[in-house]
Amino acid sequence: MKPTTQRRTSLRNRTPGDLAFTIGVAVTCVLILFLTLYPIYFVMIASISDPTMVSTGRVWFLPQGISTFGYEQILDDSRIWTGYRNTIIYTVVGTAVNLLVTLPAAYALSRREFRPRRVLMFVFAFTMFFNGGLIPLYLLLRDLSLLDNWLVFILPTAVNVYNLIIARAFFENSLPEELYEAATLDGSNYFQFFLKMALPLSMAIISVIGLYYLVQHWNDFFTGLVFVRDYDKQPLQIVLRDILISNQAFSGGAGGSGGSGGGSYAQQYADQIKYGVIVVSTLPIIVLYPFMQRYFEKGVMIGSVKG
Amino acid sequence: MTAVSPAQTGSGTGAVRTAPRGLRALTRHFHRYWQLWVMAAPAIAFVAVFAYIPMYGLQLAFKEFDFSAGITGGDWVGLKYFKQFFESAQFWTLMRNTVVISVTTLVVGFIAPIALALLVNQVVGRRRKKFLQTATYLPHFISIVVIVGMLQVFLSPTSGLITRFVELFGVTGTNFLGSSSAFVPVYVISEVWQHCGWNSIIYLAALASVDTQLYEAARIDGSGRFTIIRHIDVPALIPTMVVLLILNMGNVLNTGFEKIFLMQNPLNLGVSEVIATYVYKIGILSNQFSYGTAIGLFNTLINFAFLVAANQIAKRVANTSLW
Repeated sequence: MKPTTQRRTSLRNRTPGDLAFTIGVAVTCVLILFLTLYPIYFVMIASISDPTMVSTGRVWFLPQGISTFGYEQILDDSRIWTGYRNTIIYTVVGTAVNLLVTLPAAYALSRREFRPRRVLMFVFAFTMFFNGGLIPLYLLLRDLSLLDNWLVFILPTAVNVYNLIIARAFFENSLPEELYEAATLDGSNYFQFFLKMALPLSMAIISVIGLYYLVQHWNDFFTGLVFVRDYDKQPLQIVLRDILISNQAFSGGAGGSGGSGGGSYAQQYADQIKYGVIVVSTLPIIVLYPFMQRYFEKGVMIGSVKG
Repeated sequence: MTAVSPAQTGSGTGAVRTAPRGLRALTRHFHRYWQLWVMAAPAIAFVAVFAYIPMYGLQLAFKEFDFSAGITGGDWVGLKYFKQFFESAQFWTLMRNTVVISVTTLVVGFIAPIALALLVNQVVGRRRKKFLQTATYLPHFISIVVIVGMLQVFLSPTSGLITRFVELFGVTGTNFLGSSSAFVPVYVISEVWQHCGWNSIIYLAALASVDTQLYEAARIDGSGRFTIIRHIDVPALIPTMVVLLILNMGNVLNTGFEKIFLMQNPLNLGVSEVIATYVYKIGILSNQFSYGTAIGLFNTLINFAFLVAANQIAKRVANTSLW
């Protein structure tokens, strides 16, 4: 690893100025790490601490006076679990549809001998910069009777052009042309080549855009807000909004903060439920995160090849 | 596909003969590539329906909404709804709020990832660097609802973590959520907190491709670390900066609808009502479809104009462009 060692020496401290610089870098990095991770950590410890201790500022780095009240309330609340179930369905079905639509199209558009691909790419890319806006989309979905229909979480977002471009760039740059020529000589057609050669060699990109789509569905709040009224169809994010931001009361009576009774008993418990809800809804992402992280990064790299 | 050679266009029979010729080329094309067309068809269909039909529906901005006619609208009213918007009392407030929020986010959100990338690039040791990157990307994946929820509990005037923290410095009685002067800073800072790390990836990739011999040469010349950053690292980032700046220009009037909508409350509405949230309230909540479409179209057109202008400028000045 020659470049690495070279880099090392170039960063080695040679003067007092360099030393001060290194210390400055280290301090700034530690500060950034703290600012990034502490809020998340605090939510976690606050969700299991005694609410009174939290609201009076006695919880800073370790949970104090363990209390599971918040989580008990959450377990008892059916809205959260309905939302959870809906979100899981929308995420799984949605991501599957996304991949089924995006990958073959990306492959077709990556074939250099396919002349119409330039026009088609323009047709796709244009939608990234220009769109009909909210109201025409709303009226269209109404005409298609997709309002209040669970398919509204799946169909309008079936293709994400950014992901299509990433996948196309990957197919274009990482499948050797010789491979295709050899397969054609063996009599395989586009379908066969795509299924038997292109896909198995592209697990990296499938993971990348699959995970992008997954997170997009998991965090989708807009669709539920604008296009769905029926509460039984609402995803987790809408339920979260009602609990976290609209301060809707919990079944147990706690949660609804009148706003006036600031440091009151009800307020403290409402806060604990909020911390718990944040943990419960974000945990799947945080747990998966370390495994997904390298794929996400790869996606940005591939995407940046073709701006 | 219908290639007409000059020699044939002259005579009447030529025109007859070219038609089957173009048709034959077309047949051959489909015979050879029908499988690719089949593979691309679903994506084309989805984009046609969910992106291009709404564009077609933009005509509603110039027409009276008619329940039975739906997306194509009823009677032609020309620029009536645009005029109504420009003359409405909200117009300047909306414009000011939208521009203030988006430009602040654009500027701060553009600089912060560059600074972070330059900093992370100075960290020695692969593992340490990796950890720092992993940690700073994490907030990017938290949902907007949760982010705003966290802001609310942290900034709560009675028990919030951040409220208590500033109290340590003797600042009491602050209500970050209910004050109109705190809205933009809270919005922008939380935006940077969430996306700065993620947005720095692309710059780190550019920095990783800098020839290390340049650093070595600079060291031999006796350059300090800051000089190296200024004269080697920053220039290496410029092409990436230009592309991202152009892309961002296409969003001058695009503010994060969801986050602003969730952060709105009666106390901050004077500074937090932006075009996107107004379109939602006018169009969806109060069913003024034509008016909402007109406002939306106005917004899209401004963005598009900025994008095209930025692209042209970049083409001239920096020789980089999107198209």
